[in-house]
Amino acid sequence: MSVDKDMHVLIVDDYKTMLRIIKNLLGQLGFRNVDEATDGEMALKLMNGRKYGLVISDWNMEPMTGLGLLKSVRGKNDNVPFIMITAESKTENVITAKEAGVNNYIVKPFNADTLKQKISAVLGDF
Amino acid sequence: MSGNQSLDENGDEPSYQRGQVVDIINSVISRVQVGGDVSSDLLYKELRDLKDIIEEARSEITFANPDEIKNKHIPTATDELDAVVGATEEATGTIMDSCEVIQSQMEHVASEIAPVIGAEVTKIFEACSFQDITGQRITKVINTLNQIEVKIDSLLSVLGKKIPGLSGGSGEEGESESLLNGPQMPDKAITQVDIDKLLAEFD
Repeated sequence: MSVDKDMHVLIVDDYKTMLRIIKNLLGQLGFRNVDEATDGEMALKLMNGRKYGLVISDWNMEPMTGLGLLKSVRGKNDNVPFIMITAESKTENVITAKEAGVNNYIVKPFNADTLKQKISAVLGDF
Repeated sequence: MSGNQSLDENGDEPSYQRGQVVDIINSVISRVQVGGDVSSDLLYKELRDLKDIIEEARSEITFANPDEIKNKHIPTATDELDAVVGATEEATGTIMDSCEVIQSQMEHVASEIAPVIGAEVTKIFEACSFQDITGQRITKVINTLNQIEVKIDSLLSVLGKKIPGLSGGSGEEGESESLLNGPQMPDKAITQVDIDKLLAEFD
């Protein structure tokens, strides 16, 4: 299985700096169709209007967290590949996210190689 | 200085210890309960000691000026920290603007050095995530300061009516409990490798 780089990717983070970094790194990996949301609720609205091939979301956001977004998405039986990114690396949080249906988990700060590796683990080879 | 004392306005240790208050109260209670030949002079002395301790405590609280801490020092500190977040965000934006300009010009760079420059620009981009990490850490500090402010507010609410010079507050609580606490200190965090192992256990 190889990654379809024409797919639409949704990135969710309340820090504009992180959105810009992730979008740039995704661009370097060949992804051109990248949408941005600054919290879970905004992400859900975007997901109602478009089919995404990958969601990459921060955890710590208000009013809806990344975990809330993940639970809402899975609650709709949407199995879109979902990668959680967070600066908080507690074992219980990883387990919570996994139990909620996350596909992979990235700890901040991360580099382009880690992002590529995690996307590849979820979507297939580049 | 012992662990249960604080310095007074002169930097000296207070003349009492916390346990003293309890001792005096217990002494008075036991004397009254026993009854009989209780010396009123002795009781008076005990109560006067208690009064002195209370007066000294009131004086210390007033000297600490919790009203000023709440209304001036904490707001100033949080404003300064907000400014740090804003300044680093702006600077990071400028750095990334420059990186994107370099990336857009890469097609004009000799093919043998383009990958090297491209890789270094990517590293700069990756490093810019410091702004997110420091921003979250600073937010944690601001939340802590807000909690201290709430505690001081509660203290003022309780003591404000009883101690001249102190005013009361609302005692409102803040901070969403649904959020994570932000980045751990390095010695408390688990690594990406640890997380990968943990996730693998689910497969």
